[in-house]
Amino acid sequence: MNAPDSPLLQVRELRVSYATRHRGRAVRVRALENVSFDLDSGQTLGIVGESGSGKSTLARALLRLIRADGGQIRFHGRDLLGLRGADLHAVRAHLQMIFQDGISALDPRQRIGSILAEPLEIFRPQLPHSQRRERVLAMLERVGLESLHLRRYAHEFSGGQAQRVGIARALIVEPELIVCDEPLSSLDVSIKAQITALLQQLQRDLGLSLLFIAHDLPAVQLLCDRVLVLYLGRVMEIAARDALFQTPRHPYTRALLQSVPIADPRRARARGRAPLLGDMPSSLSPPSGCVFRSRCPHAIERCAQEVPALRRVGHSEVACHRAEEL
Amino acid sequence: MPGSTPEYVLNSALWQRLRCHRGAMIAAGVLLLLALSSLIVPALSPYDYYTPQLDLISQPPTLRGGHLLGTDPLGRDLLIRVLWGCRISLLIGLAASCISIVVGVLWGAIAGYAGGTTDALMMRMVDVLYSVPFVPFVIVLTVLFGRELWLMFVAIGAVSWLDIARIVRGEALSLKRREFIEAARVSGVRAARMIRRHIVPNLLGVVIIYATLTIPTVILFEAFMSFLGLGVRVPLASLGSLIADGASDMQAHPHLLLVPATVLATIVYCFNFIGDGLRDALDPHDRHDRHEQA
Amino acid sequence: MNEDPLLQIRDLSVSYPGAHGRFTALCELNLEVSAGECLGLVGESGSGKTALLLAILGLLPAQSSVRGSIRYRGGELLGLEAARLNAIRGARIAMVFQEPMSALNPYMRVIDQLSEVPHVHGGMSRRKARQRALEMLEAVHIGEPERRARQYPHELSGGMRQRVMIAMALIGEPDIVLADEPTTALDVTVQAQILSLLQEMRERTGAALVLVTHDLGVVAQLADRIGVMRGGRIVEQAECTQLFSQPQHPYTQALLSAMPRLEYPL
Repeated sequence: MNAPDSPLLQVRELRVSYATRHRGRAVRVRALENVSFDLDSGQTLGIVGESGSGKSTLARALLRLIRADGGQIRFHGRDLLGLRGADLHAVRAHLQMIFQDGISALDPRQRIGSILAEPLEIFRPQLPHSQRRERVLAMLERVGLESLHLRRYAHEFSGGQAQRVGIARALIVEPELIVCDEPLSSLDVSIKAQITALLQQLQRDLGLSLLFIAHDLPAVQLLCDRVLVLYLGRVMEIAARDALFQTPRHPYTRALLQSVPIADPRRARARGRAPLLGDMPSSLSPPSGCVFRSRCPHAIERCAQEVPALRRVGHSEVACHRAEEL
Repeated sequence: MPGSTPEYVLNSALWQRLRCHRGAMIAAGVLLLLALSSLIVPALSPYDYYTPQLDLISQPPTLRGGHLLGTDPLGRDLLIRVLWGCRISLLIGLAASCISIVVGVLWGAIAGYAGGTTDALMMRMVDVLYSVPFVPFVIVLTVLFGRELWLMFVAIGAVSWLDIARIVRGEALSLKRREFIEAARVSGVRAARMIRRHIVPNLLGVVIIYATLTIPTVILFEAFMSFLGLGVRVPLASLGSLIADGASDMQAHPHLLLVPATVLATIVYCFNFIGDGLRDALDPHDRHDRHEQA
Repeated sequence: MNEDPLLQIRDLSVSYPGAHGRFTALCELNLEVSAGECLGLVGESGSGKTALLLAILGLLPAQSSVRGSIRYRGGELLGLEAARLNAIRGARIAMVFQEPMSALNPYMRVIDQLSEVPHVHGGMSRRKARQRALEMLEAVHIGEPERRARQYPHELSGGMRQRVMIAMALIGEPDIVLADEPTTALDVTVQAQILSLLQEMRERTGAALVLVTHDLGVVAQLADRIGVMRGGRIVEQAECTQLFSQPQHPYTQALLSAMPRLEYPL
């Protein structure tokens, strides 16, 4: 069933939609459409996209926090979407998440010590109290906090510290895969750097498999082995990190990379115009064919008629009709 | 930012804010005084609440020794009767409120967290119970089971949990969407534990406020029941029955009505003031340190 | 052109009463803005950058205590009576906020909000003001301006709302535009557009721009001079390229090294 070298996570044609109201009528919005990718053990895959790209939806669908419409999420060969009840509960021990806002992700009424002990109480109930406490302390130390923090409440922490607690909680049951949902977005610049450094260190020390969801490209470059670019719920490009950042194949990836602010006045001013025009189309009525065509400087007629399939071009997988020529 | 205020203020900070609310503090003091007197004074007094003294019928209040607040139509000391009535009213009020709070919180939390059909079903039951006419219901119970004290608990408890259930359900619905609940789900927390450890503790602020509103409502309701003759049995008195007795003799001996009525009114006002204070203390919008963010 | 600075701030100190005694937002701050220049103010949260903008506009909360001097074109702004402050605020000194959704009135159509400034401040007739509003919408590159003008803020995307905010700021032809993290809430591709737009507007109108942000990359593109703020003070002020190549203050150096950079940027 599960070959030793098959990927840890295999997502195939994942589709997620949600119900909403538009002009008084109930409609369904396609948040994710035909998303497929692999993640190998010990690797970090970056999921990059702007608002409306569906990245948070992807995180929640993977963790079975929201319902998917179709597709497969194979974790160690087993389809997560088919699991229920006790089976699903058992899998949760191997699949954890770090949330965007560190403080909101912590129960305001619980002390940190008890928040960290909870996963252990649930998944390792046979562990005696003393050992549990030891593990909690060890994990705290690993993320750069101290034992005196155990008795504190969420609101007594800064954003960065709260995020460290979130990381500790995700790690404490020694999961196989951790989904990081924009863990740096709500942090100040200097704190971002600290938390990024912490994640890097943990990657090295523990050999973590991470799904790193972000809109912050420099952080993705630092932490990820491979990168997937999402636009309006569809996959635009998947490539190894260096391939993506050095030779981006998809016009959207290029535009993204060209838009990242450069901390060098000379180069910043030499850049010229913004690469993309217009705004993100509404998810309610995405463009036909390739969803990016409404803002793509290279769109042709075919782009409006046919959805481009994800195919291999050079070292990357790209969903673009004109990938070879550009 | 370090030190930014939480939405749910914790106990020590809550206490500080409550202390600033003078009305609430005075009310709490008065209530405490009444409760303590109702427990201690009858033990110290030479009079009891049930022995008639037929030569001292309906004496007005006198400051010179003896009966400070006068006597009732059977010659019993009014002060003691009223303090006993206070004790009974507070007991019923607090006990019935406890029952209704426990039932209401559990009902509302389960309905709100479960959502979907469970929620719909549970809340429809609440709606149905809301429409039950209360007084006939209690009358029927009294007819079936006789006039027992515990019946008062049950009857009152059975109806006053409805409001709390609705409020708690609303809070649970919005709590459900918070990120820390998602995080708990990812940590493997399932429904029962979630409700017990994450939902209910975060509701307590709202529950406390509603408790302080429920208690006077319950006390008043018990008073009403007793006034109608359905409440406590003689010779025990509650403030309601004392008011009933006093009302019938209002013209000739006003003190028989005024004393218990004043005490009841005081209790109700005090709970309302405390509730006000708690509401202000728990209000997440009223924060001075909001403009610390520059 | 006038050699004196347009905006002159001297020894500005602002404090608020807080839960634990007084909180000092700004401490003896000195700053100047010359006509037509772009000044970037960089700092993390709590550095006082928002307090500074609010102080200039006279929008600080009532309980705050303000000392020092803010002179605009030689006239003192602090303590100015409400009517005169109102005449300056919005018309001569305008602001672009971080969150357009909270700064725009959700119950007013775009055209109505936009034409308010020239109509009320500029004394234009309603029709002329609306005409001017449409011109501004075109100037900020909003597609189908007539259609968009009749919509409500929630019907527009984040990027478009920010363009409307910029249009609102510029419609009164101000001398100074204060922008408080104008691109922080936007996607990176839209951010690039808005920054280009700000640059274009500066060139076209000659207004000075005070750009407050936590992102050094943003100021690298637009700013002539940069001030680094921390704990209510300006710890370093320098010309743009100078600051990046030779940062003097350790905090500036730390900020620059903490800034995530792309290798092989395009």
